[in-house]
Amino acid sequence: MRHISALVSHTRRMIAHNWVSLAAITIVTFLAFIAVVGPLMTAYDPYVTDLANVFSPPGKLHWFGTDQLGRDVLSRVVASARIDLSVAICAVAASFTVGVGIGGLAGYFGGSFDLWTSRIAEMVQVFPLFVLAMALVAALGNDLRNVVLATAIVNLPFYIRLARVEAGVLSTQLFVEAARAAGNGDARIISRVLLPNVMPNLMIQLSVNLGWAILNAASLSFIGLGIRPPTAEWGIMVAEGATQAMAGHWWLIVFPGFALALAVFAFNLLGDALRDMFDIHSR
Amino acid sequence: MPIKSGPPLLSIDRLAVEFVTPQGRVQALHDVSFQIGTAEIVGVVGESGSGKSVTAYSILGLLPAEARVKSGSITYLGRALRELGGAELKAVRGSEISMVFQSPQTALNPIRAVGAQIADVVRAHSPAGAADAAVRAIEALREVRIHAPERRVHAYPFELSGGMCQRSVIAMALACTPKLLLADEPTTGLDVTTQRAIMDLLIGLTRSRGMSTMFITHDLGLAAQYCDRVIIMQNGRVVEQGATEQIFMNPGQAYTHRLLSATPQAHTRLIDLIPPSEQQALGVSSSLLRASKPTRAAVTPVLRVRGLTHEYPLRGAQRSVLGLFGRRHRSGDDSRNKFRAVDGLSFDVAHGECVGLVGESGSGKTTTSRLIAKLVKPTAGSIQLSGEEIADADPRAFAKSAKRRLVQIVFQDPAASLDPRRTAFEAIADPLQRLARIRQPAALGRRIRDICDLVDLPQALLGRYPHQLSGGQKARVGIARAISVNPAVVVLDEPTSALDVSVQAVVLNQLDKLKRVLGLSYLFVSHDLNVIRLMCDRVMVMKGGRIVEQGKVEDLFKNPQHPYTKSLLDAIPRIDFAWKAGSGGKLLSEFP
Repeated sequence: MRHISALVSHTRRMIAHNWVSLAAITIVTFLAFIAVVGPLMTAYDPYVTDLANVFSPPGKLHWFGTDQLGRDVLSRVVASARIDLSVAICAVAASFTVGVGIGGLAGYFGGSFDLWTSRIAEMVQVFPLFVLAMALVAALGNDLRNVVLATAIVNLPFYIRLARVEAGVLSTQLFVEAARAAGNGDARIISRVLLPNVMPNLMIQLSVNLGWAILNAASLSFIGLGIRPPTAEWGIMVAEGATQAMAGHWWLIVFPGFALALAVFAFNLLGDALRDMFDIHSR
Repeated sequence: MPIKSGPPLLSIDRLAVEFVTPQGRVQALHDVSFQIGTAEIVGVVGESGSGKSVTAYSILGLLPAEARVKSGSITYLGRALRELGGAELKAVRGSEISMVFQSPQTALNPIRAVGAQIADVVRAHSPAGAADAAVRAIEALREVRIHAPERRVHAYPFELSGGMCQRSVIAMALACTPKLLLADEPTTGLDVTTQRAIMDLLIGLTRSRGMSTMFITHDLGLAAQYCDRVIIMQNGRVVEQGATEQIFMNPGQAYTHRLLSATPQAHTRLIDLIPPSEQQALGVSSSLLRASKPTRAAVTPVLRVRGLTHEYPLRGAQRSVLGLFGRRHRSGDDSRNKFRAVDGLSFDVAHGECVGLVGESGSGKTTTSRLIAKLVKPTAGSIQLSGEEIADADPRAFAKSAKRRLVQIVFQDPAASLDPRRTAFEAIADPLQRLARIRQPAALGRRIRDICDLVDLPQALLGRYPHQLSGGQKARVGIARAISVNPAVVVLDEPTSALDVSVQAVVLNQLDKLKRVLGLSYLFVSHDLNVIRLMCDRVMVMKGGRIVEQGKVEDLFKNPQHPYTKSLLDAIPRIDFAWKAGSGGKLLSEFP
C-alpha cells in the first residue's frame, strides 16, 4: 500500500515536470476508454449496412462518413480499437511473460540452458518478423487467435534476449551477492531482487512493443491474413479505403489511418513516461 | 603568500559556481581564490563535495550544462578565460592548459587505439600530418616510460592495465607541451606501487619541463609528499592555503587539523583519528582501548583455512563447439586453460582477532574474501568455521543452511552492495528475516532499532533509499546488515576505501567497537597498510595467490622480511618531512 501511494505521488510530480508524459498517459487512457466503452456509445452498429447511404462524406449524420456498404466509419473505428488493442495486449503479455521468464532464468543461471535458449531465439530471429508472422497465420489458419499467437511467437526472442542481458548484468552486481550472503535462495533472489530491478527497463520495451504489435496486427489484416472482413479493424479499413482513395473518398482511409498512427505514437511515448515513473533515483 | 617569483600563471579570483538541480540551486563554489605560479606544484586537497574537481573543470570551461559560473574571474597569463569564445578556448585546452582525469579507463575512448588518441591532440594544435602525429605519439608514450611504445601505440585501452592507461592519459595531456597541468585525482583506483610510479612520473615530468601542476587529491599523504604548496578546501570554500610544510606542521584551521588527524599515519592510534569531542559520542574511549588488548588463550581458532585453492577456467576452453556436445577440449596441458587466483592458502583466525589481508590488484585477496564468505565455491582446500567444515558447500545451497549466519561480509562499495530499490530498513531486515527468522514486525522493528544504535545510524534514515544516503551512511547500513545476525566471522572487503578520510576514521572506530562489544572476529582485506596497522592484530601479505609473509602487525611494519612487503611499505605516501628531504624521489619505470 505504501508503495502504491508513493508511486502515485511520484507520478503526479513527474507529470508536472514533463508534459510529454502527461500527453502520453492521456492519449493511452483515452484509447483504453474508447476501446472499453466506445462501442456502447456509438449511435450506429458497425456492421449494419445501409446501401442507400454509401460513400457519404463526413457530415452531421455520420461524423466520419460511411464506407462502400453504408456502414458508419466512426463506429467501425471505435469498434476496431477494442479488437486491435486487445490483440496487441494479449500478444505482448504472452510474449513478455514467457520471454522474460526464459530470458531471466537464462541470464541468471547461464550454462547450457542459456546456450540452448539463445540459439533457439536466434533461429527464430533469422526470419524477418513480418514474413514469419505471415507464414504462421497462413499455416495455422486465418483467425484472431492465430494472429495473437503469431505476434507473440515472433516477438518472443526480443524479450528473451533483453531479459537475458539485463538479468546477466544484474546477477554480477554486489547487492545480489549480498542477498545471497543474507540467506536468500535462488528463487527469492530472482523474484525479489532481480525482477524489481529489471522491470523499469523492460517496461519501456513493453510499451514500445505494444505499438509495434498493433501495427503488426493491422498489417496482417491489411494483406488479408488473420482478421477478415466484415470485422471492423483498422488495417482492413485502410486496405479497403486504399482502393477507394483514387475515387476521392478520403475519409475511408484517413480516419482509421490516423487512429492507428495515434495509438502507436501514444504507446511509444508511454515508454518514456513509464521509465520515469519507475525511476527510483528521481524519488 | 609565498609563490615563486614572477607573475602568477593562473589566478582564480572569488570564483562562485552554482548547479541548477531539480531540488533547487546548489552552490558548489563560494568565493574561491588562489594562484598558481610558474614551475610550481600546487595541491588542492579536500573531501567529496569540497568543490576541487569543479574548480578544475571551470578553469577549462568543462562544466556540465546545469552548472553556471555565477561570479569571479579566472586569469591565465593575463587573459581572462571566462571571456574566451569557443575557438579560443579550444586553442587553450591541450596546448596551454591540459588535464589528466580521474579514471583512466573512462577518460580514454574505448574503441580507438591509444596512439590515435594522442595523435588527435597533436593534430588539433599543430599543422602536423598523420605520419608526423603518429611519430609524436610514439615519442609521447616513450616519455611516460611505456615499454616498447611502437607496439603499444596500437593498443586499445582494454588491453592495457590501469597504470598503463593512466600513463597514456598523461602522454595525451603533455603531448603539446602545456604550461599548466590539472591532475584530477590521477591515482584513484591504482595500486599503491603503481600510484607511486605514476606520481613520480608526473612530478618528474613537471619539474623537467618547468611546468606547473595543480594536483587535486583527497590523500593528504600524496599532497605532503609531492606538492610545494597546498590548498585545503571544504564545502566549496578555501579553508587554508600555504607552503606544504607550513600547513602540515602547523595547521591554522580546525578543519585542516581534523583532516590531518583522520589520516592514518605510521604513528597514530585508532582512537586518535577522531577529535576528542566526538570520541564520547561514539562510545569509544581510551579506557576501553586499554582493556581490550587480546590475551590469546589456546582456544580452537574460529576460522581455520588449509590449502585453499581456486582456479578460474579461461573462457576459450568453455565455449568451444565440442563443449556444446558434451566433449571437453582435451589439450595436453590443462593448466593453460585455467587461472589460479588463490594457490594453497593456509591461515587461522582466533576468536576476537582481526586478521588483515593485504595485497594489490590481482593478488587474489578479493577472491579469498569471496571464498571465505561462501559466495564462491573453492576448487580445493578446507575452510573450518567454528569447527565445522564448510568448503565443499555450494554457495546457493549454503544460503539456505543454518551455517550461513556464521560468516557475513561487508563489501567494498557500499553503494553497489545495497539494492537500489530497497530502503535501508529492508536491507537490514533481509538477513534477520531469512537467517534469524525474526518475521514478526514488532520484534523485527525493535531488533533493527537496536542494531542502528550500535552502528550509530540515525533511525530517521531507515526509510530512505540508498541514493538518498551519504557514503558513510551507506557504509553503516552495510555493516549493520552484516552484524545483524551475530556472525562469528565478518569478512570486511576494503570497507572504507570508498569513503572520505574523516568518515573512514569514524567507521573504523565503530568497527573496532563492534568487534569488542559483540565478540566478532574480522578478516580485514585491504590495500591500505596504514588502515591495516590500525585495525589488525595480525596481517598476511598476498601476492600472486600466495601468502608471501605473515605475522604480527608491529613486527611486519618494523621488520618486513619479504622484498615485496618492503616495496609495499615503501610506496605508502607519508606526511613526514624528514623523509621527503632525504630521498630524491627517483622515477620508477613502468612494471612490464
